[in-house]
Amino acid sequence: MPNIVIFVDFGSTYTKAVAFDIDEERIIGQGLSESTVSSDIAIGLKSALQQLESNAQQKCTKEATMRLACSSAAGGLRLAVVGLVPNLSLKAGRMAALGAGAKLVENYSFKLNHSEIVQMEQASPDIILLVGGTDGGNEEVIIHNAKMIAGSNTRASVVVAGNKVCADDVTNILESANKYVKVVDNVLVSLDELNVEPSRAAIREVFMNRIVHAKGLDKAGELVDGVIMPTPMAVLRAAEVLAMGSGREDGLGESVIVDVGGATTDIHSIAHGHQKDFGILMKGIAEPFAKRTVEGDLGLRYNALSIVEAAGEVRILRNGVRPESLTELRDKAKYLSEHVETLPTSQIDFRLDNWLARIASEIAMERHAGRLEQIYTTQGPIYKQTGKDLREVRNIIGTGGIFAHSSEPAKILEGALFSNEDPLSLRPQSPEFFVDRRYILYAIGLLAESAPEKAVRIGKRYLERVSRETGSD
Amino acid sequence: MGVDNKLMGTVVTGVIGEDVHVVGIKIIERALNDAGFKVNSIGAQVSQEEFIDAVVETNADAIFISSFSGHAAILVRSFRDKCAEAGLGDILLYIGGSLLLKEELWEEVEKKFKGLGMDRVYPPGISPTRVLEDLETDISLRRRVSK
Repeated sequence: MPNIVIFVDFGSTYTKAVAFDIDEERIIGQGLSESTVSSDIAIGLKSALQQLESNAQQKCTKEATMRLACSSAAGGLRLAVVGLVPNLSLKAGRMAALGAGAKLVENYSFKLNHSEIVQMEQASPDIILLVGGTDGGNEEVIIHNAKMIAGSNTRASVVVAGNKVCADDVTNILESANKYVKVVDNVLVSLDELNVEPSRAAIREVFMNRIVHAKGLDKAGELVDGVIMPTPMAVLRAAEVLAMGSGREDGLGESVIVDVGGATTDIHSIAHGHQKDFGILMKGIAEPFAKRTVEGDLGLRYNALSIVEAAGEVRILRNGVRPESLTELRDKAKYLSEHVETLPTSQIDFRLDNWLARIASEIAMERHAGRLEQIYTTQGPIYKQTGKDLREVRNIIGTGGIFAHSSEPAKILEGALFSNEDPLSLRPQSPEFFVDRRYILYAIGLLAESAPEKAVRIGKRYLERVSRETGSD
Repeated sequence: MGVDNKLMGTVVTGVIGEDVHVVGIKIIERALNDAGFKVNSIGAQVSQEEFIDAVVETNADAIFISSFSGHAAILVRSFRDKCAEAGLGDILLYIGGSLLLKEELWEEVEKKFKGLGMDRVYPPGISPTRVLEDLETDISLRRRVSK
């Protein structure tokens, strides 16, 4: 009897399922169906599982010893960060929330005012991450903000990760207004100590124990044992375990994941990104080893036009579009933004999708990666680095529908690479290319919770290595 | 940490402007740390805004500005006003290092920088003990006033 485990991803458009034979460490079936979160999530799930069983040619759902899910459905995990200084605690809070797979709906710095509270009520986040003040630092602002949140109509759970000195006061203020509160260690202990893990864990816990129910994701109760994390967190977990390995199974080394979707482009980097030379000066607060960024303006459908706009003419022309075709490109992208269900059918359609994905990868990676800046001192020029130096990252992995279907995934990933046109942008220089053809990274992340070694091996087995086309660029 | 760092106070330290000389500030940071201050070091090439951000987040009592380039008078211009603008009107501003290119009498230098809003001005080679004594005096004075 094979030992079967099933993993499910409730996406906003599709519900995906995959079954592994965990002893043989292989995929035995996959299924896909349209998501049905707005009515009954179980309908779409059942149909995905049926498809899975039919191509696995055996009963999986009943036999499975473990059935776990992640979700980005029902709007994803909507989170607002309330912090103090934009470049310090607010930034630390944002990085922690993104690393927990959240979708950031609002950010606020300094003392909240009434109109911001109204705006936040309208944005209706599932979670508010309340930070501010290093340990022993500012107390006034986080206490003020706790009072403002306490006085608001928000039903969001509040994760508090600010100055420990006033953590008890903040908790009391929020609890006496009947808000659900979870307190963890400060996300910014001191200016040189970023501490994202406790916030990530708390956000995940609140997601599992409260949000899943609130969004009706637990209606699939008989078919899955639990929805245990937001999908982007599962992908980040997969990236971590694949890069670092586990137990006796070696990882691939420092890696970057490029996830180009219909609405957003996510970049995950698992890398220290320290400066490569002692002469380079590091600026700004540290960034997490496992870092995720989300570009809300770069997506192949909802934000197709916005990709063209973000690219600008110079970049577009540099990427092979003739000046006389600019208007046509813009019109086509606009059409895709307005008809998001469009699937490519012709060679021209595919080419456009690939082109958009390449540009999205390029811009998203530029924003994610660190940057050097040359400055002139009285002792001569030196370099200042902000963010992570990813030039020596060993692997770059593409995931998302475009990579599952594209005939030229390498061309898309090449967009994310270091370029002599902008040598101060610290993007990967000569990584190996991999593609998540089977669309299973989320499952690798979910499996890593209980069997990380197996997760690494299965991930390595099913990631497809693609070669860079010679002569391009 | 053992000692309650509220007892002694919190400081933000850094080298202002286009300067990369961290030796002087490192010595002061070490002395402050040993004396029980919470030291938030923000390194070299620090702008006025970065100093101010750091103070807001850490609720520091004082900013220690180091400068070796000789351009300090330009680099700290309007610093005091910007602090006031950020709600830090009573922050203590300490500056030390090789402050001016032109050799001037120390009394003149000190006067010039006090005129620029600095509370304490130190020449190169100042003993950290002196600085600590001044800081303790200034902080206790501020606290008495604010109570």
